[in-house]
Parts: sequence; C-alpha cells; structure tokens
Amino acid sequence: MSLDTATVRRVAALARIRLPEEEVARVQGELNGILGWIEQLQAVNTDGVEPMAGGNPEGIAAMPMRDDVVTDGGIAPKVLANAPDREGEYFGVPKVVE
Amino acid sequence: MHPTDFTLAGAVAALEEGVISAAELTRAHVEAIEALNPRLNALLTVTAEHAMEAAKGSDAKRARGEAGPLEGIPLAIKDLFCTEGVQTTAASKILEGFIPPYESTVTSKLKRDGAVFLGKANLDEFAMGSSNLTSAYGGVLNPWSRRNDPDARLVPGGSSGGSAAAVAARMALGATGTDTGGSIRQPAAFCGIAGIKPTYGRCSRFGIVAFASSLDQAGPFARTVEDCAILLRSMAGHDPKDSTSADKPVPDFAKACTRSVKGLRIGVPKEYRLDGTPPEIEKLWRQGLDWLREAGAEIVEISLPHTQYALPTYYIVAPAEASSNLARYDGVRFGLRVAEKTSDLRDLYERTREAGFGQEVRRRIMIGTYVLSAGYYDAYYLKAQKVRALIARDFREAWSQVDAIVTPATPSAAFAEGENSDDPIKMYLNDVFTVTANLAGLPGLAVPAGLDPQGLPLGLQVIGRPFDEETVFAVGAAIERAADFKALPSMRAGA
Repeated sequence: MSLDTATVRRVAALARIRLPEEEVARVQGELNGILGWIEQLQAVNTDGVEPMAGGNPEGIAAMPMRDDVVTDGGIAPKVLANAPDREGEYFGVPKVVE
Repeated sequence: MHPTDFTLAGAVAALEEGVISAAELTRAHVEAIEALNPRLNALLTVTAEHAMEAAKGSDAKRARGEAGPLEGIPLAIKDLFCTEGVQTTAASKILEGFIPPYESTVTSKLKRDGAVFLGKANLDEFAMGSSNLTSAYGGVLNPWSRRNDPDARLVPGGSSGGSAAAVAARMALGATGTDTGGSIRQPAAFCGIAGIKPTYGRCSRFGIVAFASSLDQAGPFARTVEDCAILLRSMAGHDPKDSTSADKPVPDFAKACTRSVKGLRIGVPKEYRLDGTPPEIEKLWRQGLDWLREAGAEIVEISLPHTQYALPTYYIVAPAEASSNLARYDGVRFGLRVAEKTSDLRDLYERTREAGFGQEVRRRIMIGTYVLSAGYYDAYYLKAQKVRALIARDFREAWSQVDAIVTPATPSAAFAEGENSDDPIKMYLNDVFTVTANLAGLPGLAVPAGLDPQGLPLGLQVIGRPFDEETVFAVGAAIERAADFKALPSMRAGA
C-alpha cells in the first residue's frame, strides 16, 4: 500500500502537524518506505490469535483495581504553572467561538 | 583511588566505613561533569548546587544513623523522568522550560533511599532513536574511540545515550534510563557498561514522559551488574499511580548476582543468527556461551520463530501509542506555543507541533496516526497486536526448555555520527536483538563482554522469564566474572 500526496496531507492534518507544501514529497517518500517495510506482517498467519493489547506478560487480569474515589484535586496553581497563556484559573487560547 | 573510580557498591561501603563523605564523593563527580560535559554533552541540566546540598544532607543523615541504601550516591537522571522543580525536556523543543510540579515515582524512590541527583541526562527526543542524534539539544559523544580512527565522533547509542555516556565517563556512579525497544541495553552495550530493562510492570511509569505505554519501562545503568541490581531494588515496586505496575514483592536483586549458574539451561535462539552479523559479534556470543558452559550451565538451542517480525511489529505498535501519547503537546497547557496573531486554535496546534517536534518524532506521529486511522486500524494496528501475541507466545514456549536466553546486545559496536542516518529503517535495525523483550514484556540485561578489533566495547544480552530478574542477574554476573572486562574509555574522569 502506498500513500498518495492527498493522504499524506490528510494524515498530517489528523496529527495536527503543519506540513508545508514543499515538504510533502519528502515526507511521502519516508512514510512509504516505512509502510512498505512493515507490510511484511501481512504474511504472518494470525487466524484465531487474540491481540496482545498491553505490556504485562501475565495479562491484563494481573492488574490491580483501586477504589473509585477522588484522590487529589484543588491544585489549580500547580496545574496552571507551566501554561503558555492563562487568564485567572483558566488556560488562555485563541477565540474558539465567534 | 579517585572517588569517581568507585563502583556503586564500593562507594556505599566506603561511605559506611567513613573512608569518604557524601560531600567529597559528590564534589568529585561534579568536577568530572565540569571537565567532561562540555565535550560529551551527556547532561542537559546540571544541578550541582542541589547535589552538593543533598550530599551534605546525606552526611548528616548518616551521622544520625538514618542512612538509606543509596545514601549519598550521585546519579544522573534521564531527562524523561519528571523531577519536581527541575526542568524536564524529553530532549524536545516542545518541552523547553517545562518545570514539573511533581516527581516521578522512580526518582522519588531513589531520593527516598538517599540518592543524590547530579542532573538530567541527554536522550533522543521523546526517547525515539538509537543514536541520541534526534535530541533537540545536540548529540552526545561516546567516551570511547576507535583505535585506528580516534577522531571519529562515535554515538553513545540511544535513546538513553546521555545516561550511558555519563556512567561510562565516570561522571556518575549510576543513572536511570528507559527502554521501549532497546533504549537502555543498546547504549549500555555501546558504552561498555551494564544496563537492565526489567519486566514490564516492575517499575512505575508515573511521571515518566510517555512514548509507547505498553512497551516503556524504566531501568538502571551502572558499571557493574551488581550495581544495576542495587539500583533496580530501589527503583522497583508497585505504585497505585500506575495500574500497570505489578503488585509483587521486590527481591534483593544484588544477592542474586552471587548465585551459581550451575544446572541452569541457557537458550540460544537460532533465529538471532542473522546474515551480515560482524564476525566479532558471532565470536563474542560463542565465547559467552562457552563461559556459561564452563560455569556449569547447559546450552540449549531454541527456536523463536516469529523473531523476524518483531521490528516491523514494533514500528506499528510504538508509533501508534506515541501518536496518542504525544497528542497532549498542543501548546495550550504546558510547553511551547507557536501562533500567529491571526491563528485560530487549530492553526496554533499545527504550528506548535511543527516547530516543537523534530523530524523523527513528526515521522513517527504520522505513521502512528495513519495506522490507527479509519479503514487501516485492522490491517496494521490490530494485525501488529496479533503478531505481538505470537512473539510473546514464542517466549512462553521457550521457558519450558530454558531458564534464560543469551544473545548479542547489538548487531555492531558504536557507529559514528552520520553512519546509519541516511535511511530510518537502517537505524531501526539497531534494536533487532532487544525489541523482542519489550514486545513480550520480559526483562533484558546488557553486560559488557569484550572488544571489537577497533577497541570498542561489545555487549551480550540476557533475557529472562517475567519477573525473574534474579536469574537474569545471576547469568549476567557470571558472564561479567568470566569476561573480566577491564577496558576503559579514552574520555573519563581522572584520565
């Protein structure tokens, strides 16, 4: 499977990464190189195999549950401390609603 | 003896006996950093004043009889671990100036046990790379050099290149790293030191900048296997803040280093014999197996039939998880923001992420976005998860025949800057021996075992059963004893 330039632009847009027009061809070449290489997985017979979703070698069942309770909060100054822009206790962003 | 020449275990003993103070030990390492870091670029942030204060506090604690197991031991921390009040960048422009308001669980455990932090170690941007060259703050120089070409700038490996170089050059007694596809073991091998990626879940991931959550694990670097074992005991343990961290007791790993390997069955996977592997790597591998046989282990040929699919599987799973994890860098809540006066919110996101992420990170986010996108999810991501299950099954079947597996750590010695960088896939092949342990969630240790014809270090890898780091340490320590690796890098403190 090979990506055309329209798909490369669409993927960049989905990823919210600005992709200047002069870079489309280079990125297309790189992505197609990698996708061509991972294509070899299609040769593996995986009929009836359960996908492995997590990293735990003993499976998800080994993961503990905790009580469904609030464990922190009330730390707005800490949460906001690294904000590039803020207004009071809110993150500042460009106007979203006209 | 120069204080920077202590092993970590030796330094602990010297501090206990009062041969040296924590302040003296830390000062010697701070001076080593001042002398070497301008050339090596191993540390991005040096916290010398903090370190000296902490060392004095350590001496006071010891005087009160309250010394922890790592009291006064100076360490470097990969700049992927959030450290409260100290800039944490993940070697990315997008996190420049980010001061975490909290401490990662692993670093807080090290602090609890008395460790002194010297600074934050350089790495590939967001831990994506095998050379440290994707760092937005410049590469790291490997302290080793080629006998016949001493001016070649060799890479320390990656992604934890700064951690490995700092420990090899004796700027720190140990360091933290993280390993998603080989990021502890490959740089350890390139820099002639030991490093272990423990079982997935052994260490908490809380407060570590996430790359691929189902593969990322923290682990230590040090100059001996025992020193890694001492550090891992402090770093490991269940954490309610990370539901994937295992609720299991943490054994005394250092004790396991003295265990005999007599009667252990050591697996040699035939699929790891690759065409084009340099003869010195083949030779080292055979040598390692001979050493273990002489120590009483039984060598067993095994088969891990899906090995050849591990790297392509990884390059679907890891970018997919990365594209999701890195969605948080949006220029709104922390880190870099790039916007024009006329930018709307979407333009702000797109400009920030274009300017803030380097080329390799953008490439992986786009691959991940594509393989997760509607219509391709089943063909790529789900398929990769199924092949991953087969790779894990290969290992489960092997454990009925063997107790540990020994392989080369890397397909070559350290390469020079510029080599392997023309083609991303060539760079990805560096992790061919290490990536399977991440996919299967297994512990893997790299131990220095010999030199190539250019005088560069080569490492062997020991892979173990889930949560059986003790056998891994026993086998690694046996290789270490037999190898008696005494070679030193040309750039190091006291040289």
